[in-house]
Amino acid sequence: MNIGKSVVIKGELSGSEDLAIEGQVDGRIELRQNVLTIGPNGKIKAEIFAKQVVVLGEVVGNITASEKVEIRDNGSVDGDLTSPRVAIAEGAHFRGSIDMQRGGAVIGGGKPVAEAKPVAEAKPAADPKPAKA
Amino acid sequence: MFGFGKKDRADAPAPALGPERRVATKVLPKFLAAVGQRASPVVLDLGPVVGSNVALLGERLGCKFFVEDLYADLYRAAHEDRRGELPATLAVRLTQADASVDGILCWDFFDYLDKASAAALGAQLARVLAPGGVLAGFFSTKPGPEPEFTRFVIEDETTLVHKPYRGVPRRDVAWQNRDVTLLLPGLRVAESFLLLTQTREVLLRKPA
Repeated sequence: MNIGKSVVIKGELSGSEDLAIEGQVDGRIELRQNVLTIGPNGKIKAEIFAKQVVVLGEVVGNITASEKVEIRDNGSVDGDLTSPRVAIAEGAHFRGSIDMQRGGAVIGGGKPVAEAKPVAEAKPAADPKPAKA
Repeated sequence: MFGFGKKDRADAPAPALGPERRVATKVLPKFLAAVGQRASPVVLDLGPVVGSNVALLGERLGCKFFVEDLYADLYRAAHEDRRGELPATLAVRLTQADASVDGILCWDFFDYLDKASAAALGAQLARVLAPGGVLAGFFSTKPGPEPEFTRFVIEDETTLVHKPYRGVPRRDVAWQNRDVTLLLPGLRVAESFLLLTQTREVLLRKPA
């Protein structure tokens, strides 16, 4: 399901299917068993609870995901993340805390597995600077 | 005081100023070992968010990770000609509770601060660090040639990738060893290494 650019929602948004938001939401979003995608045009001021959250737009508010939070290039989050897996792209903006504590996931749980995205490209150690103790 | 907003992001991606460098680290493995011994550790990172650092620390430590990009604050303050406000800003910038943080990655941020700003920040870092907690930082022995910051990317536990990006000049006068301990009241130097880059890599510990 998609929420288009011209749609503004104030209040609580909940559901049982995957959702992509390109519009504005102020309030609270609950998709505890599903994937929430904030599109490049999406502007969210809300507490978010979902299985997975993918951010390409702007989020102001805390995000709790039982599986994974991804902040893609040009995505922006001002808020706290709680999830066993977190991936933040190099061009993303993030300010807040990240809670990947073992057993810290609110929905579900399990061992945290973190992901790097993108990671610096592996290059040969052409100019290593060894330390001298 | 220095608000964040997507339209005016000082920490927005900037073109790299020079080639990235891979640099061995002696302090990071000791930092990870010290923080890893603590239950449900909390780590405070004073640099810009780096996805792979979050990944490695989350995997290695299972920690709660606070990102407080003070470099962005400094850059914004410098470009708004408000560096004089930094001591007051830094004195209240960190909202973490007293003794609530187990590890602090302050990178080379002190190299960009004047005495008053450094003292204000140092007092706050000493406040939030829990007894037995550790702080890892770099202190250069020479001013930087370019107005640039370095994004420190943890490649693995013994290697950092230094990625230069747009910033401000480092301070003209290097911090002496004695200055470092005075800046961080109550912390003791646990490890100190002089790198070939003429930078001291230091691990400080707050006595338990």
